[in-house]
Amino acid sequence: MNQQGVRWTAEQVLALAPDASSRKAGSKLGTAGPWSESGCDNSSVWGLCKGSGSKPYQTVVDTGGLGYKCSCPSRKFPCKHALGLLLLWAADERAVPAVADGEVPDWAGQWLRGRRERAEKKESGAAGPAETRTADPEAARRRAEKRAERVTAGASELEQRLEDLLRGGLAAAERPGYGLWEETAARMVDAQAPGLAGRVRELGSIPGSGPGWPVRLLEECALLHLLDRAWLGREGLPEPLAATVRARVGVPTPPQGPPVRDIWQVLAQYDTADAKLTTRRIWLYGRESGRAAMLLDFGAAGRAPELALPVGLAIDAELTPYPGGGQLRAALGERYGAPLAAGGPPPGDTTAEALERYGRALRDDPWLDAWPVTLSGVIPVPPGEGGGVGWQLADPDGELALPVAPGAADRAGLWKLVALSGGDPVTVFGECGHRGVAPLAGWAEGEAEAVRLL
Amino acid sequence: MYGGEATMSAAATGAGSRAGSWEELVTAALLGTERRPVAGEPAALLDEAARHTVRRRAGLLPAPAPVRPERAPDDGRPELPEVARRRLGQLLADRSAAAHSGGRRGAAPDLAELLPQWLSAAAERGFKAPPALLPALLDAARARTDLRPQALAFAGPRGTWLARLNPEWRFALRGGSGSAVLPEASDTEAVRRLWEEGLFAERVALLAAVRAYEPGAARELLATTWAAERAEDRLMFLDSLRTGLGGEDEPFLERALADRSRNVRATAAELLSALPASALAGRMAARAASCVALDRSGDGDGDGARIAVEAPHECDAGMQRDGVAPKPPTGRGERSWWLGQLVEAAPLGGWAGRLGGRSAREIVALPVADDWGDELHAAWCRAAVRQGDAEWARALLGTPSAPPGGNAGTVSLAERAKLLSTLPEGERAEWVAAFIAAHGLSEAFQLLGVCLVPWSAGLGRAVVDALEIARDAGSYPWSFSGVMGLAERCLAPGEAGRLDALTAVPVEEEGASPGAGGVLG
Repeated sequence: MNQQGVRWTAEQVLALAPDASSRKAGSKLGTAGPWSESGCDNSSVWGLCKGSGSKPYQTVVDTGGLGYKCSCPSRKFPCKHALGLLLLWAADERAVPAVADGEVPDWAGQWLRGRRERAEKKESGAAGPAETRTADPEAARRRAEKRAERVTAGASELEQRLEDLLRGGLAAAERPGYGLWEETAARMVDAQAPGLAGRVRELGSIPGSGPGWPVRLLEECALLHLLDRAWLGREGLPEPLAATVRARVGVPTPPQGPPVRDIWQVLAQYDTADAKLTTRRIWLYGRESGRAAMLLDFGAAGRAPELALPVGLAIDAELTPYPGGGQLRAALGERYGAPLAAGGPPPGDTTAEALERYGRALRDDPWLDAWPVTLSGVIPVPPGEGGGVGWQLADPDGELALPVAPGAADRAGLWKLVALSGGDPVTVFGECGHRGVAPLAGWAEGEAEAVRLL
Repeated sequence: MYGGEATMSAAATGAGSRAGSWEELVTAALLGTERRPVAGEPAALLDEAARHTVRRRAGLLPAPAPVRPERAPDDGRPELPEVARRRLGQLLADRSAAAHSGGRRGAAPDLAELLPQWLSAAAERGFKAPPALLPALLDAARARTDLRPQALAFAGPRGTWLARLNPEWRFALRGGSGSAVLPEASDTEAVRRLWEEGLFAERVALLAAVRAYEPGAARELLATTWAAERAEDRLMFLDSLRTGLGGEDEPFLERALADRSRNVRATAAELLSALPASALAGRMAARAASCVALDRSGDGDGDGARIAVEAPHECDAGMQRDGVAPKPPTGRGERSWWLGQLVEAAPLGGWAGRLGGRSAREIVALPVADDWGDELHAAWCRAAVRQGDAEWARALLGTPSAPPGGNAGTVSLAERAKLLSTLPEGERAEWVAAFIAAHGLSEAFQLLGVCLVPWSAGLGRAVVDALEIARDAGSYPWSFSGVMGLAERCLAPGEAGRLDALTAVPVEEEGASPGAGGVLG
């Protein structure tokens, strides 16, 4: 495929920034002043940036494969120099001129060539990804069996504790000093079932979550119980559901082919963090296949995950899905060429259709909290208007509306959506679940450009 | 059932008929199966609850829609170009970043300082605000009252529409200046009511508004309640007569010279002395004239003219009634203290007649006997500022190239800054530019502070040239951090190209100190 790469917009570049301070520092370097010897070709950009020392920093960006290289000591990816260079490239064709093939300066070309060679080697070497990775399949099988035994022990113990709780009554969970959750979560970590541990920890926050907590606690206890039973009886489950149960419990499974090549539109990218881990979610939509996919990446506490895709653009790439029914997670594989213009939102649904999609997805994965949906032609309604309880997304002509999931959405993002709408219908991409919709990106009517809401 | 429950409903498929049993399940779960054995064993209860939960979630339906907001009115202005939109986004993002870091200003320049200039440039060109940036713009205007008129004008009809939906942005629905409740100054009845019933701050604002509309009406309004006001309030109200001060105010001010409060008396006297035709100004002129005379008898050179000073020997009751403070601050002689006050309050126009028909410039150039020169010139400076006399201000400022505060006869920087503010804006900028060209930046800070923003082309050029000279001379950038901070905000955007020369050569570690290397960062 020989697709002409587009120069990105400044917003798309800034969307790559790992944090606000990099965004600011990068913006300041997005002027011609500090740069020299800069240039670009179809799939890369390079330049020398005047820094503190006598020697300028060498900054190279592989816009095709989204890789960054800079001689500065920063540990951020991309660093402020890479962001500044991309901003300059986006804004000023004279400052970063396109050069003919083969005229890449040596200091930049070396790294780019090395990067491409490695990528090719990986491709040819990893023909059968899952099977050839382990040297000793027998040992791997024994390890997996051992782990399954520990998870089974953990699930049984958890089941026991849940039943004890129900026998004595959920009211006990509200009493001060009720320390069962943290301790139980720790037991599940020991049992190598991080999925169970995470759910147990979330149970701990429900009793303090306001009126109606017993209902919510019972629901989540029941779903955890369902997961326990499903794990213990997984031999009898159809394979896709069994794979879903393994994924929910937290037993790692490698992604399984076949890879899907498509023009993947990058719809949203956002991070959530706890004390130990920063989790980045990236939502993609396949322009040709019509599939939705989610990429996950992780960073140690306080560090931005490395994977960053330009929100608002599309990448020509292969994704390998993870196994399991109702699972959208995929692994990013080979990328082809530079990011492309995305061209408008994915085709959308009404509010009723969106809920129906979520409901259908629950058949494959009852533990699902939310499902990615694109709502077309909805009008955001702030709280207080017309007696609504909270934020709502209303169908423009029909009678119906979906609530915005409480706490899931960023206040500034919701007001941005209202401003974008001006009382007219907008298109919204977000996660739709039993608590409502969490909007992640919005499009004004007739506009191709996405506005990030988170 | 989470928070969304109130606005999403479970589908009718069975959930309704089982609602009762779900209630029972929750009650049993809350109390425990030991106390509620009807529900069966805990595992059975959890099985049933899981079925319920998944069924409810899978069968959710949208709720009836609330009343939708009305459509925002159309905004016919053209779209903002992409580059300008990005710049605005940056400026607004910087604002919120600064707010997050507790507003502490680090080494990097605070880009939000540039918002006023950005907004006035956008207003000049008549662009429409990009909708997605409206919330950040309204937040910025909420935090900074000085931004409001410009920000709201730029936000346009959609901005007002949006503000109506969010209580935090209520300010945008009031009049541009944020003075919500003031009646029209012409509405005599409403003005009188607010004047009699309003809070102090409202009354001060009201008086200022009426004064700007019709000076006499404000004075009369004040006179209706004058005797009953508290001393502090009388002082504040009197001060608002400074705007639009004129001869008609004299009788009122004369009466205030007999006020119970010393501060009120002093302010009244100060205001009267700014009216050259007032009786008080005449009395002060006579007093001052008796102290300052032309002396030709001396051993002076040329025509031998010089000024002789005979400071007053007492501060009599009449002087005190006219606002002269009898007690000098510690360390100052009584007689020079009195002299200074007399000269300061005497109309400058009278000196030509007293001193041989000389112009202001000639008078300032005359030698003064017995070391009274500094005292006399300082008093003239205060008089020129008080009376807004540009001709005297020019004479006292001298030529920009004269060294500041050096020889006798030249005045200090602080005095110069004050004198400059009486000159027309263009002349002020020219004078400061010439001063910087002659003396560099090290002493220019105070003078730059009184210049109009954005700086005129000539002034901006002088500052940039001086920075370049300082850089070439190897000066430490932080010696000029004050000036660079001002330059960030005040330099005309059209002059930005001139900074390339400054940023091109590596000088110092980037970001190591305020504005090192790149002034605008």
